[in-house]
Amino acid sequence: MNAKDDDLAKGRRRFMMSGALVVSFSLLPGVKTLAQEVIADEGAAVHVAKGLDALAGSLKTNPFLDAWIKITPSGQVTVFTGKVELGTGVRTALLQVAAEELNMAPSLITFITADTGLSPDEGLTAGSHTLADSGSALLNAAAQVRGLLVDAAAKRLGVDSASLHVKDAKITAPDGRVVTYGDAVQSVDLHRNATPTSPLKDPQTFQVIGTSMPRLDIPGKLTGGASYVQDMHLPNMVHARVVLPPSYDATLLDANEAEVMKMPGVVKIVRDGNLLAVVATGEWQAVLAQRALSAGSRWSPGRALPDPNTVHQELKVLATQHIEIANKQAPAAPAVKTLSATYIKRYLMHGSIGPSCSVAQFDNDALTVWTHSQGVYPLRDGLAEMLSMPKEKIRCIHTEGSGCYGHNGADDVAAHAALIAVALPGRAVRVQWMRDQEHTWDHFTPAMITEVAASLDEQGQIVDWKYALWSSSHNERIVNAGRLMPATLLAKPFISAPSEPMVQPEGGGDRNAIPLYSLPNVYVMNNFSPTMPLHTSALRSLGAHTNVFAIESFMDELAFAAHMDPVEFRLKHLQDPRAQDVIRLAAKQFGWPRPPRRPDRGVGFAFAKYKNLMAYVALAVEISVERETGRVRLESAEVAVDTGQIVNPDGIRNQIEGGILQSSSWTLYEELKYDTTQIRSFDWSSYPILRFSAVPTSVRVHLIDRPGTPFLGTAEASMGPTAGALANALFDATGKRLRQMPLGGDSLRQQIEA
Amino acid sequence: MIQLTVNGVQDALDIDPSTPLLYALRNDLQLHGAKFGCGLGQCGACTVIVGDRAVFSCLLPVSAIGNRTVRTIESLGTIEHPGALQKAFIEHQAAQCGYCIAGMVMRAQALLDRNAHPTEAQLREHMEPNLCRCGTHIRILAAIRQVAGLVDGGTDTAASGARSGTGVSQ
Repeated sequence: MNAKDDDLAKGRRRFMMSGALVVSFSLLPGVKTLAQEVIADEGAAVHVAKGLDALAGSLKTNPFLDAWIKITPSGQVTVFTGKVELGTGVRTALLQVAAEELNMAPSLITFITADTGLSPDEGLTAGSHTLADSGSALLNAAAQVRGLLVDAAAKRLGVDSASLHVKDAKITAPDGRVVTYGDAVQSVDLHRNATPTSPLKDPQTFQVIGTSMPRLDIPGKLTGGASYVQDMHLPNMVHARVVLPPSYDATLLDANEAEVMKMPGVVKIVRDGNLLAVVATGEWQAVLAQRALSAGSRWSPGRALPDPNTVHQELKVLATQHIEIANKQAPAAPAVKTLSATYIKRYLMHGSIGPSCSVAQFDNDALTVWTHSQGVYPLRDGLAEMLSMPKEKIRCIHTEGSGCYGHNGADDVAAHAALIAVALPGRAVRVQWMRDQEHTWDHFTPAMITEVAASLDEQGQIVDWKYALWSSSHNERIVNAGRLMPATLLAKPFISAPSEPMVQPEGGGDRNAIPLYSLPNVYVMNNFSPTMPLHTSALRSLGAHTNVFAIESFMDELAFAAHMDPVEFRLKHLQDPRAQDVIRLAAKQFGWPRPPRRPDRGVGFAFAKYKNLMAYVALAVEISVERETGRVRLESAEVAVDTGQIVNPDGIRNQIEGGILQSSSWTLYEELKYDTTQIRSFDWSSYPILRFSAVPTSVRVHLIDRPGTPFLGTAEASMGPTAGALANALFDATGKRLRQMPLGGDSLRQQIEA
Repeated sequence: MIQLTVNGVQDALDIDPSTPLLYALRNDLQLHGAKFGCGLGQCGACTVIVGDRAVFSCLLPVSAIGNRTVRTIESLGTIEHPGALQKAFIEHQAAQCGYCIAGMVMRAQALLDRNAHPTEAQLREHMEPNLCRCGTHIRILAAIRQVAGLVDGGTDTAASGARSGTGVSQ
């Protein structure tokens, strides 16, 4: 076996064992052997039964092969995932993975996404985990199912398994005899646990994995097909709209129910404590009734919000949990120069283009909920608690919605739909939030502040690094009914479970807070605030956007202080060869270092390995600055990405391109407006985001494929590096270090003029 | 009764004349392409063509349409026989969640109906009212350019987003 083969073999073993679901700490520290393993991710902790921790991805939590793949005697193959399509294209990519190892054309497979009545429970679709968790599970489950069916066919045919040829659910012997998957499955029980090893194909022979198979959902979305939960029409369906409190903890004093009941089409008003909703036969009738009900309801003043000008200082007081996440000490050369800096991020919102929506129907004591939630099982459990119903009487079926980018109103509107449907048995109830509700009742991504100090030795090597961050929760997922906003409004309100910090290595606010760079002395402190002045939860990349922004900005400052090229400076501090590869590739494609250019243009570079576990992303950007207004535009970017084994190259490019544009919008333009009484960003004019005039001329994504190595999460991986590269390009263009997001606009103009 | 001509078919609808066109399309005519995004004319998810203009159907009451014809994305083609823009969007995989996409296509169609070969600046200015949160803009522009016969990427290096970049196997 030569070195390359050996690498490949190691890679394939890693693939089979691939972590994906990261087993990160044991329940009882110090008594590891006795404890079940616990998987840390967003949402509730997940327990893995003993002996299953060696299985790939989500097979750890759903070990039965027939939870993933069912084959009927007539040969119909159905593949299940517990993950959902959020607009990232994973439905297509997961089907590719299953089709590859089943040796079938994807079009021959029926593919089912998360549905509590059908699919395995894979918790949330979040954290760029889908290919790692579900893809690894499907890859291995499909290979094992194929292996079992081939062995059964070999037995039936009286030949050696290795002599059989498998294609499109037909197993063919050298003499031409055929046993179909449907025939073979009759002598195989697929209701069995997966095994730690699988008869995986040689990645060099892949025909479906690694190809840019067009997404399954796009043609329907382009031709007016009913693609979203918003598009559902059920017989006898009614439309509901809700009236939400004008501020947190406001109490409903009075409402003009009698008056609104007389409006055309109105069939019911649901009022329970501070929960208020109106149901009408027509959707426009429901909207008009909601407006009237909203105008005619009186509320007590709610609780005060913090002053946006002092919220970051208050956060330092509220952050009462101090979690040391890195403390490494080693001898190093004497420091000759020490730098320090403070970075600020303000509250941002998800900003889904379509307000959250759900359809629910309550019939014969059973509730069905169609939802674009990221986690149908956690939602079902929360609804069961809220409604005091047995879990088995509630079915949550994922149906696509507008892109959510994290924990938006999806679960909350599903709770609204459920509560209203239970009040109207026999009728399907469709609820959609209005634009101001999606904006003001979002689970915002928290404000953050970070402080960093580091020293250089005479050779320009970093000898020490100290970093601290302050943040409230990035993870208010549905772990109890109290996490569903409508449940907190009821006359007998549910109380949200306490906020808990997420743990390393994935982290929450502290995601990517530990630099990947090789540093002799590192100290990193995560200061967690268990209380939240504003409702917050997960937005794509959680704290990584801010931490990578800070780390990569500061690396640029250090490189400048060391009189070194920032790309060279990064390479000098990195040992991971895959990190070096993406940095070199992005720099080469960009033509770094860029020769002199026009005034008010700048170039910047940044890198991160998402969560220090997932995809590697390096990018170089060019920006332009309008000095008179502070307007910043990302002009172009060259990006290099290593996501391990590539399943769908175009899908990865689409996610990286989208991530760069979205992160540019967050980093340059966005800021939640609020005052001490109310959230004031209630529409797109009070919360502007990137529009076509600011879209870059080109974003070119260069992929490094690593056949046979684990799938690495991609969809969130470009958010942090984009922020860092933009900040560094702004320094290049203006000579100013911008350390408070949003970087563009009036604050930039003031700094330029200062 | 409200008389509407939608995608070449005349319909008489017994609905409140104040009903915005969007609700009539989605609920009374079962045309799902146009989406509710804001109800304020700020995002363009509801864009359809009325007469020869791209309009926000969430704001336009059915009573204000008069004799003008209404065209929605369903009129451009089907999955089996997509229209030129639909085909280009599919080729460029110019969607992520896709919620904004029908509005994007109809706004672009209104431009190309009037001006089959717009400049890059005209194209961007025309698309400015429509929001995409997934960041699919580069592909959306590339797909429209393909139909408009525009060179990719305007004045800078040629790159079409969907086709851009290289692959390296290591």
